[in-house]
Amino acid sequence: MNRSLRPLAATAVIFILAYAAAAFQFPTLVSTRVLGNFLTDNAFLGITAVGMTFVILSGGIDLSVGAVIGFTGVFVAVMISWGGYHPAVAFAIALAVSAAFGAAMGAAIHWLKVPSFIVTLAGMFLARGAASVISADSIPINHEIYDWISQAYWKMPGGGRLSMIGGVMVLVFVLGALLAHRTRFGANVYALGGNAHSAELMGVPIGRTTILIYTLSSTLAGLSGIVFSLYTQAGYSLSAVGVELDAIGAVVIGGTLLTGGYGFVAGTFIGVMLMGLVQTYIIFDGTLSSWWTKIVIGVLLFMFILLQRLVFRAQAARA
Amino acid sequence: MGGISMEPMLQGRGLGKVFGAHQALAGVDIDLFPGEVHALLGENGAGKSTLIKILTGAYQPDSGAVVLEGAEVAFRDPLQAQAAGIGTVYQEVNLVPNLSVAENLYLGHQPMRWGMLNKRAMHDGAREILAGYGLEIDVRAELGSFSVAVQQIVAIARAVKLSGKVLVLDEPTASLDRAEVESLFEVIAKLKARGLAVVFITHFLDQVFAIADRVTVLRNGKLVSTQAISGLSRTDVVRMMLGKDVVFAHSPVTEIGASGPALAEFKGLGRKGSVAPFDLTLHQGEVVGVAGLLGSGRTEMARLMFGVDLADTGSISLGGPLTLRSPRQAVAAGMGFCPEDRKVDGIFGELSVRENIVIALQAKLGWFKALSRDEQDDIAGRFAEALDIRAADHNMPVKLLSGGNQQKVILARWMAIDPKLLILDEPTRGIDVGAHAEIVRTINRLREDGLALLVISSELDEVVAYSSRVVVMRDRAMVAELKGADIAPQVIVQAIAAQEAP
Amino acid sequence: MKLRVQRLITPQTIALVAVLLFNWLLFPGFFSVEWKDGRLFGSLIDVLNRGAPVAILAIGMTMVIATKGVDLSVGAVMAIAGAVAATGVESGLTVWQAVPLALVAGLLCGLWNGVLVAVLDIQPIIATLVIMVAGRGIAQLITQGFIVTFNDPSLIYIGTGSALGLPMPVLIAVALLILTTLIVRRTALGLLVEAVGVNRSAARFAGISAMSLLILVYVFSGFCAAVAGIIVAADIHGADANNAGLWLELDAILAVVIGGTSLLGGRFSIPMAVLGAMIIQAMNTGILVSGFPPQFNLIVKAGIIIAILVLQSPVASRLFKRA
Repeated sequence: MNRSLRPLAATAVIFILAYAAAAFQFPTLVSTRVLGNFLTDNAFLGITAVGMTFVILSGGIDLSVGAVIGFTGVFVAVMISWGGYHPAVAFAIALAVSAAFGAAMGAAIHWLKVPSFIVTLAGMFLARGAASVISADSIPINHEIYDWISQAYWKMPGGGRLSMIGGVMVLVFVLGALLAHRTRFGANVYALGGNAHSAELMGVPIGRTTILIYTLSSTLAGLSGIVFSLYTQAGYSLSAVGVELDAIGAVVIGGTLLTGGYGFVAGTFIGVMLMGLVQTYIIFDGTLSSWWTKIVIGVLLFMFILLQRLVFRAQAARA
Repeated sequence: MGGISMEPMLQGRGLGKVFGAHQALAGVDIDLFPGEVHALLGENGAGKSTLIKILTGAYQPDSGAVVLEGAEVAFRDPLQAQAAGIGTVYQEVNLVPNLSVAENLYLGHQPMRWGMLNKRAMHDGAREILAGYGLEIDVRAELGSFSVAVQQIVAIARAVKLSGKVLVLDEPTASLDRAEVESLFEVIAKLKARGLAVVFITHFLDQVFAIADRVTVLRNGKLVSTQAISGLSRTDVVRMMLGKDVVFAHSPVTEIGASGPALAEFKGLGRKGSVAPFDLTLHQGEVVGVAGLLGSGRTEMARLMFGVDLADTGSISLGGPLTLRSPRQAVAAGMGFCPEDRKVDGIFGELSVRENIVIALQAKLGWFKALSRDEQDDIAGRFAEALDIRAADHNMPVKLLSGGNQQKVILARWMAIDPKLLILDEPTRGIDVGAHAEIVRTINRLREDGLALLVISSELDEVVAYSSRVVVMRDRAMVAELKGADIAPQVIVQAIAAQEAP
Repeated sequence: MKLRVQRLITPQTIALVAVLLFNWLLFPGFFSVEWKDGRLFGSLIDVLNRGAPVAILAIGMTMVIATKGVDLSVGAVMAIAGAVAATGVESGLTVWQAVPLALVAGLLCGLWNGVLVAVLDIQPIIATLVIMVAGRGIAQLITQGFIVTFNDPSLIYIGTGSALGLPMPVLIAVALLILTTLIVRRTALGLLVEAVGVNRSAARFAGISAMSLLILVYVFSGFCAAVAGIIVAADIHGADANNAGLWLELDAILAVVIGGTSLLGGRFSIPMAVLGAMIIQAMNTGILVSGFPPQFNLIVKAGIIIAILVLQSPVASRLFKRA
C-alpha cells in the first residue's frame, strides 16, 4: 500500500471500529439525527481543521486560529449589534481582515525566516488581545438573518437535520480536498512540506505559496469564527480557547504527518469525526467525565505520532 | 567523437569566483559541444561544484562569462538557466519524495483542464516520457518509494523535458549499484544521440572511460587540462587530478624508524554498501597513510574505525576487545578523529576556541568532573601555542577563525585527551600554506611521541613524506598496502588507477 | 570592577529599567517599598512575586531551548503538579508527602518528553504537544473535575508565606536560579548542553552522549514546571486543572527569547531568561496599575515578539552588518 495512505487507513479503521463499538453499546448512535448534530456541533472545528491541514502539510503550524475565531466572533458581533451593519457586510469585512492577518503572518514566516510556531504565537496574542480590547464581555447578536441561518436545515433521510453551518463545513471540506489534490497550489503545498529546498529548485514559488497557505488558514479560521457566532448567537473574546490544539489534533489523528508532506483533507474529516465521536460517546455514556476527551485525544495523538514515526522512519534515515 | 559539431553549445570563458579570501575558481575555460559527454574531474575543493553552480545559474561569476549558443548569458538563478535549456541533476536527487512520480515530472507545469489539474493527461504523459528512458513504473506511486536509481532517471527526465540543451549530472552514480549504473549509461547514451551536451561528474574512473568523450580536470580552482579521453590512460587522469608527475623523484625520507608494538587491530571490519571488510593493524609510533580518490571508501573506512557508522562485520582490539556503538566508546578507548567536513562534523561555530579545544576531554571526563576555567585556559593556551593557533583571544567564537586555524583547533581538541590513535581525514584540505606546514609538523611530532596515526589525504607528497605504510582504497575496498620503497607517488598513482581485476 | 558594571548593561537590563521607569511615570508610588508584618510590600515586590512562576518555568525552558528544543507541555504539567499536591493534602497526605509526589509527577512528564525527543527522535514541538493536549485531562482526572481547594497551612505557605522579608515564590525562584546556575556552570553540563545545541553532529564526533543530556533537560523542565505548578496552586489555595498555568508555556518561551537565548539552540543564559520573565511581569503590572484593561498585555507581548523576530532575522542582521 502507498505509504502515505497507511496513517489514513489507520484512522479510518480506528474510526470504524470505535463507531461500531459505540453503536453496539448505544444503537441510537446509528441515525442521521446523531450525524446531523455531529456535523453541526463540530462545524467550526472542522472548518478550522481544513486550513490547519494545509499549514501542517506544508511543514508549518498555526497557533493563531483559536484566537482568530474569537476575534472574528467579536468583530462580527460588534459590527452587527453595535454598528447596525447587515451581517453579510460584517462577514465580508471579517473575512477580509482575517485573510490580511494570515497573509501578514505568512509573509513574516517567509521573509524573517523564523519558525511558524513563534510567528503564529505572536499572531495568537495579537488577535486575542485585539478581541479583548474591542470588548471583554460577550456580545449577543440579535438579527433575523442569524435566526434564519441557525434554523435553516436540510432534512436528511431518517429524520436527521443537516444544518446550514454543518453544510458549510462539508462544503469547505469538499473545496479543500479539491484545492489540495487538484490544483497547482495544492501540489506546491505538498512539495513545500516534502522538501522546501528541492521545491524551490523545481520552481515552486516558496514565498507566494507560504503567504497563501497562512492566508487560507486564517480566512478559514475567520469563517469558523462566523460559524461559531451563528452557533452561539454571540461574540465573545475568550471563545474557542485551545481550538488550535483540537484542530492540530484532528489533522494529525486524520493521518497527516506533523512534519509535513503527507496527508489528506479527507483524513482530517475523519479526524474531526473521531474526536466528535469520543465526545458524543462520553455524553451518551453519562458516567464518564468530560476530561476523558482530552486524555483519549492525547493518547490518539501519541499513537499517530508514533505510527508516523515508524512508517516514515526508513525515509528519515535516508534523507 | 564524430558527432561533435564545431559550434559549442555552452562555454565558460575565464570563469572566476572568490569566497571571502578564498579563490574557489580562477580563470577556468570550458566548452561543451552538442552530442558529447564531458567528464568533469577533480578532488574535493578543486572547484568542480563552483564551476557547475556558475554554469547552472546558482552562482554568478566574479570574472569571466557564460556563453550559450554563441550569446553571452547571465542567469540570476537555476530556474532561469533551466528555462534557457540547462538542466541539472544532483547526487542527492533534488526532487520531492512525497509527491508521485508524475507530479515530480510536471510540478509547476501541470496540464490543466477547467482550472483543475488534469491528472489523467499528467499520468499518460509521464508514462510516455519514462517509456523513452526504458522505465515502466507506476507513475502515480510516490517517488520516495522507488530506488535512488529510478529517482535519478526521473530527475533526468524532468531536466531534459524542461531544458533539453545541456544536462549536468553531478555525481549521479554515487549511490547506484553496477546494474543501475549501466542502465543510467544507456540513458545518457540516448541523450547524447539526441544532441544534448552532457556534463558528467564522478569519482569513478571506470565510468569516465566507459562513457565520456572528453574530460576536464580541475585542481585547486584552476583548469589543469581538457583532453579527449581516447588519448588518455588511467594513470594520466589520476596524475592530472593529484598533480603528480610520473618523473617525481622518489622521496628518500620514508625509512621511518621501526615502529613500536602493535597498538590497534581492525580485523575484517566492514559495512555493506559502505566499505568491504578490511584488515588493518596500527603500531605505536607509526603513521599509516590512506590514499584513494574521493568515493573510494577512504572516509567510510575511518568512520567505521571510529564508531560513527556501525560495522556489520569484523572486530576491533585496542588494549583489549572493543565494541563500538558510537564515537563515545572510541574516545574512551583513546581514539580521536578529525573529520573531513570541519563545519558539519567538527567545529562548534558559536562556541569559543577554548571550549572547542576542551570539549572532547570534558566529554570524556563526564558531567561532574568539570574542568575549571583556569584548567580550560591552561589547556587551550598550551595547545594553541603548540599548534600555533592564531586567535586574537581564546574566548572568541571559533567560527571567526580561518579554516586552517579551525583545523588546528580540532587537532588540539584530540591532543588534549592524550590519545593513543588519531585518525585524520584530509587534515590539510582547503587551508593556507602556513597552517598546512604546521599540521604536517604536528603529525610527525605526534608519531615521534609514540602515537599511531591514520591519515587520509589526497596530497601524495604529504602522504609520502610522513607515512611508514600506505594503504590504497579503490571502489570501496582496500586494494593495496605499500611499504618501504613502494611508498612513492608514482606507485600510489598506479595503485589507485589500476584496472579492476577481471 | 569597571568590567563588572559593563557586563550588567545589556539590552535586557535596559529594557527592564525602561519598563520600570515607565511604570513609575504612570504610577508614582511604584518604587515605594514598605516593611509590614515582617515582610516587604510594594509594587516592585509584587512584580517579583507574580513573575516567579514564569521565571521558574523559564529556568527549565532555557535548558531545553539551548538544545534546540522547546517544551510546550509546561503549562499542562503545572496543572498536573498542582492537582497532585492539592488532591494529596486533601486526601490526608502531609505536605512532606504531597509536594514530593507532585514533583515526581513533573519529573515523570519530563521523562516522557525526553524519551520521545531523545530516544524516538521526534521533533520537540511535536513530542511535547502530547502532554500539552492530554495533560489538562490528566489533571482533571486527578481532581475529578473539581477545583480542589485546601486549607493545609504548610502548603499555602509555599504560595503566600514569606521568609527573610520576601515572599516564598520569590525565594524559591531565586534559590532555583542560583542552584541551577551553579550546577550548570560548575559542572560540565552547561558546556555540553551548548555543544549539543550548536552542532549535534560535531557533539557526536567529540564523544558527547547527546541522548542522556536531552533526557536530562526535559526532565529538569518538567521539574521546574512542577515547582511552578505547586506555587500557583498554593497561592490560590486550590488546584484549577483548567486554568492553572494556561498559556504560561508561551510566556516562558518568550522570557527565554527576551533573555537572548536563540530558538536555534546553543549559548544560553538562565539569569537573563529570569530577567526576561521579570520584564514580562513588569509590563503586566504596568498595564494593570496604569488603568489599561489587562487584555492589553497580549497585544504588548505580541509587539515584543514581533520586535525580537525582526531584530534577530537574517534581514536585520545583514542591515546591521552593513551599518
